[in-house]
Amino acid sequence: MIENTSQVWTVMIVLGLGTFLLRFSFLGLIGSRSLPVWALRLLRYTPVAVLPGLVAPLVLWPPATGGVTDPARLAAAIATVGVGLVTRNVFAAIFGGAAVLYLTPWLMGL
Amino acid sequence: MSIRRSAFLRGLWAALPFSLVIAPFGLLFGVVGTEAGLDIVEVMGFSIIVIAGAAQFAAVQMMADHAPTLIILATSLAVNLRMAMYSASLTPHLGKAPTGMRALIAYCLVDQTYAASMIEYERNPQQSLGEKVAFFFGTVLPICPLWYAATYAGARLGTRIPPEFALDFAVPITFLAMIAPLLRTPAHIAAAGVSVALSLALAFIPYNGGLLVAALVAMVTGAQVEAWTERRRVA
Repeated sequence: MIENTSQVWTVMIVLGLGTFLLRFSFLGLIGSRSLPVWALRLLRYTPVAVLPGLVAPLVLWPPATGGVTDPARLAAAIATVGVGLVTRNVFAAIFGGAAVLYLTPWLMGL
Repeated sequence: MSIRRSAFLRGLWAALPFSLVIAPFGLLFGVVGTEAGLDIVEVMGFSIIVIAGAAQFAAVQMMADHAPTLIILATSLAVNLRMAMYSASLTPHLGKAPTGMRALIAYCLVDQTYAASMIEYERNPQQSLGEKVAFFFGTVLPICPLWYAATYAGARLGTRIPPEFALDFAVPITFLAMIAPLLRTPAHIAAAGVSVALSLALAFIPYNGGLLVAALVAMVTGAQVEAWTERRRVA
């Protein structure tokens, strides 16, 4: 349980400010000045460089199961990527993944 | 219909699917925060001031574990370092907007508004600044207000959502659904592969440090593969 109210507000406000500064950093400081070609080339790959690495441990070692690989979550992840690759549609990929997530335990229970 | 209004509506439409994930995730944060001992003002404070789901969950988890304040801040900010990369990659598109506007964009810059906007800007890079800004705020509408509302509902609900719903997996599924359509070229695929391999291999580094290394190496990999591909095409 959280009892330390002053810590709660310190964390909330400093984390809020820090996160805003991270978000504002390049947008705010660089503004209208143009970035060099190599920087643009690097930045093109930010989403595919960050998000897969963020997700991979959550897929293989979900905190909800105490880090034990779960067939339903693994199958759901594969289905999400598969549907996303085929349809190129984020909405379809989310639904495909969610369907597999809920259907796998049910199928395995048969 | 004006060009800006139609861009705003297109943004709204593009981000709408993510509301299906924002709603349960916000609800879950409200429930988890309340059960961890936060009152409704504190729970709402996190969702309005920090407005970053993964970092909020990390902070609440660590406060409940009685971790030191500095460790909590370092870890949660490390989770949010990707925001600086988002900020950087939006700059060529939105950097010419007025300062106040850029500050508001920065506040609303979350995974979902970023992903939806970036996909649009890469598809149609020649749009005017006004259209791009309008599109961005279109993506904000179904995401940020819903995040506050869902947090509030979760805090009011306060009861445990049954674990069978596996709500924890809403986040990975959204992220994966965002990534798949981005895997268009060998360079994108190489970057994603390096990101996954290194983040798993470096998972032992505490406080998300491994993810930061993995992301940086993956960015360089993507850029390098792109450079090679272009050179081969020229030669």
